[in-house]
Amino acid sequence: MPWKMDPNTACKFSGAESETLKQRRTQIMSRGLPKQKPIDGVKQVIVVASGKGGVGKSTTAVNLALALSANDSSKAVGLLDVDVYGPSIPKMMNLKGDPELSQSNLMRPLLNYGIACMSMGFLVEETAPIVWRGLMVMSAIEKLLRQKIRDFISSSERNLYKSDKVIFIIHILQRAVIVSTPQDIALMDARKGAEMFRKVHVPVLGLVQNMSVFQCPKCKHKTHIFGADGARRLARTLDLDILGDIPLHLNIREASDTGQPIVFSQPESDEVSYISKYVF
Amino acid sequence: MKTVKHKILVLSGKGGVGKSTFSAHLAHGLAEDENTQVALLDIDICGPSIPKIMGLEGEQVHQSGSGWSPVFLEDNLGVMSVGFLLSSPDDAVIWRGPKKNGMIKQFLRDVDWGEVDYLIEVSLQDVRKEINFCHKVKLPIIGVVENMSGFTCPKCQKESQIFLPTTGGAEVMCQDLKVPLLGKVPLDPRIGKSCDKGESFFAEAPDSPATLAYRSIIQRIQESCSLRQPKGENLVGS
Repeated sequence: MPWKMDPNTACKFSGAESETLKQRRTQIMSRGLPKQKPIDGVKQVIVVASGKGGVGKSTTAVNLALALSANDSSKAVGLLDVDVYGPSIPKMMNLKGDPELSQSNLMRPLLNYGIACMSMGFLVEETAPIVWRGLMVMSAIEKLLRQKIRDFISSSERNLYKSDKVIFIIHILQRAVIVSTPQDIALMDARKGAEMFRKVHVPVLGLVQNMSVFQCPKCKHKTHIFGADGARRLARTLDLDILGDIPLHLNIREASDTGQPIVFSQPESDEVSYISKYVF
Repeated sequence: MKTVKHKILVLSGKGGVGKSTFSAHLAHGLAEDENTQVALLDIDICGPSIPKIMGLEGEQVHQSGSGWSPVFLEDNLGVMSVGFLLSSPDDAVIWRGPKKNGMIKQFLRDVDWGEVDYLIEVSLQDVRKEINFCHKVKLPIIGVVENMSGFTCPKCQKESQIFLPTTGGAEVMCQDLKVPLLGKVPLDPRIGKSCDKGESFFAEAPDSPATLAYRSIIQRIQESCSLRQPKGENLVGS
């Protein structure tokens, strides 16, 4: 005879018991998910992610790191470029070269503008292709990660959500900042990113809408080249804060290309005020 | 691939330079001739945007007698993407392991396209590094497209170089590496909008300088293909 649950019995599973049940279920389900494993000496890890390439993660991460450092000089800020295949942090921070090894066989990050940096870009030639896969990339990132820096900002590569790398990076993530341009196509990926962080219980500080508008330097006319306010709408849907709205500005790009990030080289500029607004 | 006359790989330096956008419009442009059979293959597992750009979101793939059938936008334009395999556009694709990736890619490549004149495959590589690789394995390079090259203010017509790199851009790179510069596509807000809506930008703004640039580039690609062996590579940079 098929066993049927008595509706009265079913009701008993509400209230306190179902809470315990819920917790237990979460526990079991998260067994498959990666656990948090903090880095020695690092208080706060913020990942700047996007899911979409070319929206300005590196630029944002660099300027965010500098802004944090400028805002409170007692904080030691580090910048980790997890982009194994196309690291742009070295160029933006005007850094090159071979990291030294410390006594305990850890790599010493390279310093500029008061920020400690580590990137795959320091370990390989600029023009050399990296055709590593899976485990090799993971172990490379592991080596890059274990540095002794206090606050820590990691600019994640676009393919963060692919295979083993995701699982691995989650180990040290505490907070995430998601960067996107206003275009739907980019937001689709940003949304996936937010979903992923939610699944692995990493709180998302908010969304940054990058390249939001371009103002003609001659006539000051504003054009929304990549769409308008898409990120704001997504933020509302996902119940996230908009951390900032950064316009397209020639200065930002020029500053990055010449290795003098705008927060450092033009701290009084309008562009920087956009970034600073949301940092603090 | 016996049934594919010309396979064109679209590679890019960084992410976000416009490979998908460009590939989609290359496909649209080539397919304007009803007698040309065009296929568009998107092997991006993490963020497949081709379905959206082609206005095919939510479409399903199915098996025909001779293999997996692509989704047809037009009679002469077939599209395949891992995006068609996801149940919802919001699915975070967290695939694990190279084996699974390999399986997916294999699946995508084993599509029954039928007789195809041009198969456009969108991939993800680094431009400069890839050029060296191509030279090494003697894979012919059709050329480089400089995307998002300049913006003309719609009000005062002033041209601004928003993304111009300080080291000379694609022109210098092409000279250095001895590959042709196929053309420069300027920024136009309507391009992004068309992609978001899943429509062809050419239909939306037939007189835009960007459309003219695209058409000229597509023509050069066609000329290049007709002059050589079936396999060629087209690189997109910005």
